[in-house]
This record gives sequence, C-alpha cells and structure tokens, in this order.
Amino acid sequence: MTSPADKPGAAAEALRGRPRRRRLGSGMRRGVPLPLLVPALLGLAFLIVPLIALIVRTPWHSLPEQLASPEVWQALQLSLLCATAATAVSLVLGVPLAWLLARTDFPGRGLVRALVTLPLVLPPVVGGVALLMALGRNGIVGKWLDAWFGVTLPFTTAGVVVAEAFVAMPFLVISVEGTLRAADPRYEEAATTLGASRFTAFRRVTLPLIAPGIAAGAVLAWARALGEFGATITFAGNFPGRTQTMPLAVYLALQSDPEAAIALSLVLLTVSIAVLAALRDRWMTAS
Amino acid sequence: MSHLRKTTNDPTDDGDRTQGLDAHLVVDHGTFRLDVTLTAAPGDVVALLGPNGAGKTTALRALAGLVPLTTGHLRLDGTALDRTPPESRPVGVVFQDYLLFPHLTALDNVAFGPRCHGASKAEARTQAAAWLDRMGLADHAGAKPRRLSGGQAQRVALARALATRPRLLLLDEPLAALDARTRLEVRSQLRRHLAEFEAVAILVTHDPLDAMVLADRLVVIEDGHIVQEGTPADIARRPRTAYIAQLVGLNLYRGQADGHTVRLDAGPAITTTEDLSGPVFVAFPPSAVTLHRDRPTGSSARNLWHCEVSGLETHGDQIRADLTGELPLAADLTAVAAAELNLRPGAPIWATVKAAQTHAYPA
Repeated sequence: MTSPADKPGAAAEALRGRPRRRRLGSGMRRGVPLPLLVPALLGLAFLIVPLIALIVRTPWHSLPEQLASPEVWQALQLSLLCATAATAVSLVLGVPLAWLLARTDFPGRGLVRALVTLPLVLPPVVGGVALLMALGRNGIVGKWLDAWFGVTLPFTTAGVVVAEAFVAMPFLVISVEGTLRAADPRYEEAATTLGASRFTAFRRVTLPLIAPGIAAGAVLAWARALGEFGATITFAGNFPGRTQTMPLAVYLALQSDPEAAIALSLVLLTVSIAVLAALRDRWMTAS
Repeated sequence: MSHLRKTTNDPTDDGDRTQGLDAHLVVDHGTFRLDVTLTAAPGDVVALLGPNGAGKTTALRALAGLVPLTTGHLRLDGTALDRTPPESRPVGVVFQDYLLFPHLTALDNVAFGPRCHGASKAEARTQAAAWLDRMGLADHAGAKPRRLSGGQAQRVALARALATRPRLLLLDEPLAALDARTRLEVRSQLRRHLAEFEAVAILVTHDPLDAMVLADRLVVIEDGHIVQEGTPADIARRPRTAYIAQLVGLNLYRGQADGHTVRLDAGPAITTTEDLSGPVFVAFPPSAVTLHRDRPTGSSARNLWHCEVSGLETHGDQIRADLTGELPLAADLTAVAAAELNLRPGAPIWATVKAAQTHAYPA
C-alpha cells in the first residue's frame, strides 16, 4: 500500500525507467547466444505445435453437429458443474486454511504446509486411490459416512466434486497464502484496536484486501478441477451423465470417434484460453 | 514516579486518584527489555520521546494490547487491562502510516469502530459523519483513502480512533508521514484536537518539536528505560543525557561542581554562574560559543578552549561547526563569520563561552 504522497515519485521513476529499460531490451536481443536461442525456440515449438495441430485437424464442417450431441452437452454441463462445486468447496475450506498457515504460528506448521502442497505433486491416480481408501464404502472415514448417514461418495457426482477438490484445493491454498503473506497484517491490528474480533477483522478487512488473490486462486483451482482426470476416474468412475466429465469423455471418444474427441478437446482448449485471459487480468490488478 | 501521579482538577473526590492511566510495562523481546512506568490523569497529553529502537512503539503496542506484557501491570480508570484482548480495551490508536482500510471510504473507515461496538449501520454512519465534520472533512466522506492527502488521511485516522470514544488515545509518530509544510498545519490542528480530548493521550515521537508542541509532559526513553521525564520546558532547559541534549540543541557535559567551577569528568573545567557542589550537568547552546582564529587577549570570557574543527554543516541560516580538542562542542555562527575565520575541517580554533550563558544543575 503506497501512501498518496509516494505516487508522484513512483510515477516519475517509472517514466525515467522506461527509456533505460528499452535500451536494455534491444541490447539483450542482439546478444542472445546460439546455444540458448536454438533450444529456446525448439521448446517454444514443442509447446505450440500440438495446439496448432489440434486446430488444424479440427473437423470444422461437422463441428456444430458434434458439439450439439447430447453426450457432449451432458459431459460439458457435468464438468462445469463439478469444477464450480469443487472450487466452492476449495474456497470454503481453503481460504481459512491459507489464513491459518499465513497468520498463525503453531508447532509443525511447516509440516502441515508440506502436506497441503503434497496433492500438487502427487500423481492424481494415487490421489484417487487414497480417496477410495479414505472415503470408499470400506474406507476409514467412508465406512462411518455410510453407516451413520447412508452417504456413499465413490462413483457418484459428489464423488467427482470430492476428487476434483482434492486435486484443486492446494492451488487455491498456496495462491491465497501467498497473497496473505504479502498483505500487511497491521490492517488486522488496526481493526482489532477499533473493537473488531479477529474473525470480524478477517471478514471485514483482510478478505476484501486479498479478494484479487482469492479470485486468482479460485480461477486456478477451477481450471485444475475442470481438467482433472486421474483422481476422478479412479474415485468416481466413468458413468455418462453422472461422473463422466469432459476429460473422461475425450479419452473415451478418442477410442471410438476421434472426430468427437477433437471437438471436445477444442472446447476445453477454448475454456483454458479464456481462463488464462481472466487470470492475466486478475494478476495485473492484484499486483 | 509518584510525583508524576497528578490528581485531577477535582481534589475533593479521592476516587479520582484511580482515574487515568497507571501502567508499569515490562516487555522482553529477545535481549531487549522494555521497562517503563507511566502514569497520566485524564486530559493529560504525554509524549514518549526517544531514538529509534528505544522501545517507544513497543510501549505503545503493549498499551494497545498488541504485545503482551512479560510482567508489570496496566490499569485504566481503575480497571486492570493486562489480560484484556485489544478489541475489548477502551483504547484508540492512530498508527504511524494511519493504516486506513484502503477498500473503505473515509466515512466507512470512521464508522468501522462504532459498528464493531454494536451500533447499527445507519447509526455508525451518522456518528462517523459527525466526526468527519468535526475534523473539517465532511466533503471527503465518500473518498477512498488513496484519494486523501497526507494531512486529510491523518485526520481521518484520528477521527476513526476517536469514534470508539476511547479512554486512552495512542498516537504513533502522528506527523512522521507528512511533508514539512503539511506537518506544520497538521501539528496545530492535532494540538487543538488533543486539547479537547478529555481522556489520556499518549503519543510516540522522535521529533522533539512535535513532542514539545503537542504534549504537556515528556517521557524520554532510551534503550527500554526512562531516562528523564518532565515538562517540555524543564527538559529543554535541563537535559540529562547526550541524546536529549542533542535533540534540544545544547552542548551538555557532566562533572563535579565546586562553587562556580565545574571540573568535567574528562577534560577541562567550566566556569558557571551557579554556585553548586557535587555531581552536576553543565549545558550551553551552540549560539553561546564565540570562535577566534588567534588566542583572544582582551576577552572577558573565563571559558577558553583550544579546539580543532572536525566538521561543518548548514543549520538553518547558520553554520554549525563541530569542534574537537580540549572540549568537544558544537558552535553556531553566521556564514560571514565562518568565511572570515576561514573555517575548514582540521583548522585550529579558539572557542570562548561566557559564564553567564552556561547553565549548571545537579545531576
């Protein structure tokens, strides 16, 4: 938070800095050594060519028909619904968890933080198996859910949400925790001296201040949930209309109807580009 | 510190003795220990003055409840607050950089406190509007903090702190974030608001001018401990540490008095007009020093020292010369005089001070 008095100075510095930066930029272009340039361009091609191939091979003439099929619509609707629900779950549980990690000090905080990030690097299939062991009909928690509430999660739409939230929530927690660490905790202190409880201070001061960071984290988590495959198919199965999300439908269609798979992939690519555009905006305003 | 426990204006009511602030703050922070005793009656404005790292802000945070006391006590109007969480203390804080909530308008910033104290939204806003009006900010009620000038933000922060009707108002470097011109104006406004404030106000500053203009009483803290306290006039006239002497712009020495002569612990003797004995301080302003290129012969000054110029700097429209040698001292002279004396670092110089311009007082 810069005070209003700082702003003219900062603006002037930015103005002064611009020509210098431009000179520096042109200098760098002149001086890129070949051993760096060649692999760099190869890497770029490696990332871009598959996407171009997808667009080139898209059956544009049959596309409207492909996309209008009820199976595609079902999968798309289910995907959007589940990804959104998983993001909501991540928000409700993840924001308080991020606050706990950023604002409190308790023994083993480092370990907790590591455990929270684990699903980021864990193979999603393993996540799915782990979820089955925990929440499956005979899982250590699922057993009681079934006995006491008659709730079974595996192979249901709710199970898809659980699998996606498991994989996506760490993205949100890490993003929000970073924003919280960057936010000045003294605003919370100021709120307390005005009579706000720690929760009120969080709700009325911290939450609005970190809203851009939360939004960015939510978009990231949503995108991750939308593309989730391994944990979903392991924990929730592949039942059209119930647990078959877009990525599962793409995989299945590729074996029987490649054109449909390409059409579905194109939809997911479009969504990804939209997410990227949204994120870019969020991050620009957040920083 | 019992002499500082002022009774209030009404001497008939013995219960008034418990009104105001009675605190003994001890906070351990690593190897640093803050240990200060503060008492103040309602209506008092006390300034905590000290160099950076002296523990002033820690004292303020301990009063607000943002730092727990290691030991000691804190009573406000007779109620123990040691274990009260900050949100339940009748304490208002104006933070150094104000910490106005950037997402709320000036009005909602001020209404925040009343809202937390149970007022309805409309009620809180009415109160907040009245406070802003009092601060002359009615036109800026709808402005977000980033659109306020430094002086306006300071007043919004003060209004926000006062809106909870605190019994103890704490101000952390209230003028430090302002430029010199705004500072002058805001200082006089703040002085007026503090004079109107009926409970205890404590402000932290490293600026002696702010402290002297705003406060009735100064408490000087160095390295976690109180080194001197008293009225601004008393402290300005009789500094007791090198830090305070430097703040108020005096040359200060410690020595043993024997009649009109004070033999310094290290160095020569100074002749004074006061007749004292035992350990004393001697102080004189840099403007009392006269410099000579050659040893003066006809001078009536009894205090004559041979020195060497160690540094020169401009000080307002004067030149401040730092001298080393027989007696390290600071001398003020005009630019013309400095040129005539051909002052430059390393130059030998004679310094004289008239006994009548020195001031000696018991240590």
